[in-house]
Amino acid sequence: MRRRALLCLAPVALMLGAADEPQLVPDVSQREVVIQYSFTGADLLLFGAIVYADGRRPDKPADIVVVLKGPEQSIIMREKQKVAGIWVNADTARFRSAPSFYAMASSRPIDRIVDERSAAIYELGVDKLQLSPSSLNDSAELSRFQAGLVDLRARSGLFVERPGTVEITDGVLYRARLPLSARVIVGDYTAETFLVQDGRVVAAAVRDITVRKSGFEQFMASAAENWSFAYGLVAIALAVGMGWAAGAIARRL
Amino acid sequence: MDLYLPIANLSVNALVIIGLGGVVGLLSGMFGVGGGFLTTPLLIFYGIPPTVAAASAASQVTGASVSGVVTHMSRGTVDFRMGGVLIAGGVVGAGLGVLIFRLLQKVGQIDTVIGILYVLMLGGIGGLMAKESIQTLVALKTGKRIQARKRRHHPLVAALPLRWRFYRSGLYISPLAPLLLGMATGILTMLLGVGGGFILVPAMLYLLGMTTQSVVGTSLFQILFVTMATTMMHAMTTKAVDLVLALLLLIGSVTGAQIGTRISMSIRPEYLRILLAFIVLLVAARMALGLGWRPDEIYTIELR
Repeated sequence: MRRRALLCLAPVALMLGAADEPQLVPDVSQREVVIQYSFTGADLLLFGAIVYADGRRPDKPADIVVVLKGPEQSIIMREKQKVAGIWVNADTARFRSAPSFYAMASSRPIDRIVDERSAAIYELGVDKLQLSPSSLNDSAELSRFQAGLVDLRARSGLFVERPGTVEITDGVLYRARLPLSARVIVGDYTAETFLVQDGRVVAAAVRDITVRKSGFEQFMASAAENWSFAYGLVAIALAVGMGWAAGAIARRL
Repeated sequence: MDLYLPIANLSVNALVIIGLGGVVGLLSGMFGVGGGFLTTPLLIFYGIPPTVAAASAASQVTGASVSGVVTHMSRGTVDFRMGGVLIAGGVVGAGLGVLIFRLLQKVGQIDTVIGILYVLMLGGIGGLMAKESIQTLVALKTGKRIQARKRRHHPLVAALPLRWRFYRSGLYISPLAPLLLGMATGILTMLLGVGGGFILVPAMLYLLGMTTQSVVGTSLFQILFVTMATTMMHAMTTKAVDLVLALLLLIGSVTGAQIGTRISMSIRPEYLRILLAFIVLLVAARMALGLGWRPDEIYTIELR
């Protein structure tokens, strides 16, 4: 949360610091993503303009990185190891702030536009995420767990990296498409845009996106959570009713 | 046809889930088992979170056993007294299962324990069934009759205090024996999302020594109520029952169960038993390989 606040202030600080620094005017195609019965994921368009002071474009074209981030989760990761012939959970690691969703697109491969340090500061790339480990693992173990997390989430479409897919038109208009997997959780998402020049982030801007469930899906989720007894009764009645009806129909046939 | 599951938080192909329910229903109709032992692993394999899979599979077993219970009740082959004792044990067992589930989840060994339980249970029961049905088949082929097993309960059962008469089961035994049996299946139902029919039926035959006619009806009767209780406990504690998932499974399984029942009438029961034994052993072997081979997923993520 604090990092986000800092990020919001970043462009202001940059503006105050130097009036001739460029600014970003970002937008997203959807401020709200609604999960309903046919939800199989969404494609978000992140676009905007780079505004240079006095309208002067630099000689060397700047790069754009967009990052779409979901709510952070506190997680426990378990690692299976072979013990006495069978695979059991052996090692664990706890992370306080693992993003439930992370998607990044850039105009060129990330290692060619920023240095390691800036990438780590702005969390550019799935291997640069700051997961805030809260367990006592050594750094080799932690990076092993982080690689495991990235691999798992990448395969379910929750961690996405699309280098080289941000299109920049005439050096001032940019657009990028990022896929939102069907497995995303509800909550507040942020779409961050970074303007990078000479390996340095010179401007940043954030837009918020809300992901929520629609009427029926929201109703089911809250019923299961808040009226669990009634919800259980409905589940039982459904099962008994359908089983009985099928039997009754079959006897007629 | 993609459909979003509101509790599992992902979208699935509705036709695949209905088809899966249909196959399990077909088997349950043919063999008179709930089929939960297939639903839970198949759902997990499809990518449904394990807890949601186990919680929703329980309601599918309820649906699959209803019409069987109705049929057996009209034939008078349900021992309500025995069933009542089994249900009482089953509900207590399901409650214990909740505690065990939480404990294992805390230490992070729930998947391993579920895996080992599946292998031991399915392997043991499948092996017994295969052995017995092969013996029967050989006897049929050679024309030799195997001596009918003497119907009697296990000596341990006889040692228990307090005796009740169970008329329809033809038993005069301590109610503690079916109570304990019910508890064991209740725990399994809660942990694995299985009905426990394939444990209950042999145990009623060989441990309690019940008459064959009332065994299937009574076990279905117990399964019906214990899976209902389990669904409720999952709804109240894990909150992982997905109604949309359950509905899809039910559509498939209640239809499949009716077709299965018809098929079962035209096949010799000996062949049915050996087929079931084969399927059970197959699932057990797959689970055993899962434990011994390097798993697809080394890492698991759990929310806190």
